[in-house]
Amino acid sequence: MATRINPLISQRVVKVQLWGLTGFTIAILFFIVCFVSIKGLPQITLDFLTTNPGDMGRSGGIFSTIMSTLYLIFIALMIAVPLGIGAAIYLTEYTRESRITYIIRFGTECLAGIPSIILGLFGFAFFVMALHLGWSILSGGMTMSIMLLPTIIRTSEESIKAVPYALREVCFSLGVTKWQTVTRVVLPTALPGIVTGVVLSIGRCIGETAVVLFTAGSSLRLPQSFFDSGRTMAVHFYILAREGISMPNAYGTATILIFSILFINLCAYYLMRQFLKKYAIFG
Amino acid sequence: MKEKLIEKILMLLAFSAIGVLLLMAIFIFKEGMPIIFKAGINNFLFSTHWAPTKGYFGIFSMIVSSLYVTIGALIIGVPLALACAITLAELAPLRLTVILKPTIELLAGIPSVVYGFLGVVLLVPLIRDYLGGPGLSLLAASMILAIMILPTITSISIDAIQAVPYSYKEGSLALGATHLQTIRMVILKAARSGIITAIILGMGRAIGETMAVIMVAGNALKLPSSPLSPVRPLTSNIALEMGYAAGDHRAALFATGIVLFVFIMVFNVLANIITKRWQQE
Repeated sequence: MATRINPLISQRVVKVQLWGLTGFTIAILFFIVCFVSIKGLPQITLDFLTTNPGDMGRSGGIFSTIMSTLYLIFIALMIAVPLGIGAAIYLTEYTRESRITYIIRFGTECLAGIPSIILGLFGFAFFVMALHLGWSILSGGMTMSIMLLPTIIRTSEESIKAVPYALREVCFSLGVTKWQTVTRVVLPTALPGIVTGVVLSIGRCIGETAVVLFTAGSSLRLPQSFFDSGRTMAVHFYILAREGISMPNAYGTATILIFSILFINLCAYYLMRQFLKKYAIFG
Repeated sequence: MKEKLIEKILMLLAFSAIGVLLLMAIFIFKEGMPIIFKAGINNFLFSTHWAPTKGYFGIFSMIVSSLYVTIGALIIGVPLALACAITLAELAPLRLTVILKPTIELLAGIPSVVYGFLGVVLLVPLIRDYLGGPGLSLLAASMILAIMILPTITSISIDAIQAVPYSYKEGSLALGATHLQTIRMVILKAARSGIITAIILGMGRAIGETMAVIMVAGNALKLPSSPLSPVRPLTSNIALEMGYAAGDHRAALFATGIVLFVFIMVFNVLANIITKRWQQE
C-alpha cells in the first residue's frame, strides 16, 4: 500500500526546490554579467574608447564602431518613432476596436516575432540589392527601424491609453479639435511613457547583430556619410570573438555593450516608474 | 478638412507595420519560391543533401536540427523559468519580487552574441571534457538558448500568475488545501493560457535565434545522432552562407528563410489564439 506523504512535508520539500532553482537561475544570469566585466573592465581606458581600431581590431580602440552604432540608432529612430507614434495615435484616438484595429494589432505582433535573421535577409534583398543602397548605415538603419516599429507602437499605445479620459473631455467641451487635443494635451501627458519605448529601442539597436551584418556591412572605417558601410559594436565583437582576432579587445567591447544596454534599460525602467506613479495620483 | 487629412495620414501610418510585414513576405517568397519548385518541394524539404553550388538543395537536416535545438531549449529552460515565476509570484516576499523581476527583465537585453561567446568560452570546453564529443553541439546550443529565453518566459509567466484573482487562492486555502496544492491545482490552472503564451513566445525566440547558435552549434551538415553531435539549424545556414552566396545558392538561402518564416507565423498565430482565450477568461 502506498503511504500517503503528508502534504505539509511535500510542500516544504517542493518549496525548497523552487527556491533552489530560482537561486540557481539568478546566479547564472549574474555570473554572465560578472564574468564579462571582470575580463573586460581592465581593457577599458579613455584610449580604448577614443581611438579607431587598428590591424583588423587587434590593436587600437573601438571609436569608429561606437560612431557607427550611434549613426545607425539615429537613422532607425528617425524612421520608427514618427511611424510608431502615428500608428499608436490612430489606434487609440481615432478608431474604436474593430476588425481593422484587430488586423493592425495582429500584424504588429507578428512583426515583433519575426527573427532578426529574416529581417536581415529582407533588408539585404530590398534595401541593399533592389534599392541599390549597398551595405550602408542607411540600409542598416532602415532595416533596424522595422525591428523597432512594433515595440514603439505598443509602448506608445499603452501610454496614450493611460492618459485619463477626463483630460480629453475637458478639451472637447472647450471646442478644441481632435488633432489639437492630441498634440497639445494627450501627447505631452503620455510623453514619458513614449520615451520609455524609444529608450528600450535604443538598447535593442545596440545589441543587434544579424540585421546589421547583412545590411550595414562590416567596414571598420569611420563612416563619412549615411551611404557608407559601418561596423557597429555588436558586429565588431562578433567578428573579434568568432575569428579569434583579439580576446582582450573582444572582452572590452562586450563589457561596453552589456553596460550601455543595462544602463539604457535601467533608464527606461526608471522613466516608466515615474510615469506610472504620476497616474496613480490621477486615479 | 485638415482634421480629415490628418486622420487619413495617421491611418496610413497605422498600416505601416502590416505593410512592411507583407512586403517582407512577398520579397522573401519571390526570391525563394522559384528554387523550391526547381528542386521539387519534396526534395527541398525532405532531402538531407545540401550542396548548393552543385545543385542539391535539401534542408531536412537543418529543419530537424532547428526543431531539436528548440525543443532542447524548452526542456531545459521552461522548468527553470516556471520555478522562478512561481517562486517570485507566490513564495517570495513582495519586496524581493519588486527587485528581482526587473533585474531578470534587464538581463533579457544582453545581446545574443555575448551569450554565444560565453557559450564558446565556458560551456563548450565543459561539454567536451566531461561528456565527450566536439563540444560544439546540439546540447550547447540548447543550453545557451535556454538561458536566453529564461527572462522572457519568467517575466510573462509572473504576470499571468499575478493576474489570477486573489479570491481563487482564498477559496482554495479556505477549503484546507496547502499553499503548494493551491499553486498546483488552482493558480497554475488559472494562469495556464498565459504561461503557454509565454512558452510559445520563448519558442519563437529560440527557433529564430541566430548569432548565439552559430557560435556554439558546430554547424555540421548532418542529421544529429545524439545531443553531443554538432548541428546546423536553419538560421545558422542562412547566416553562414549569405556572405558569399550567389545565384541559385542565394535563392536557396531565401527558401530556407521561407521555411523559417512559416514556422514563426504558425507560432505567432498559435500565441494569438491562446492569448485571446486568456483575455476572455
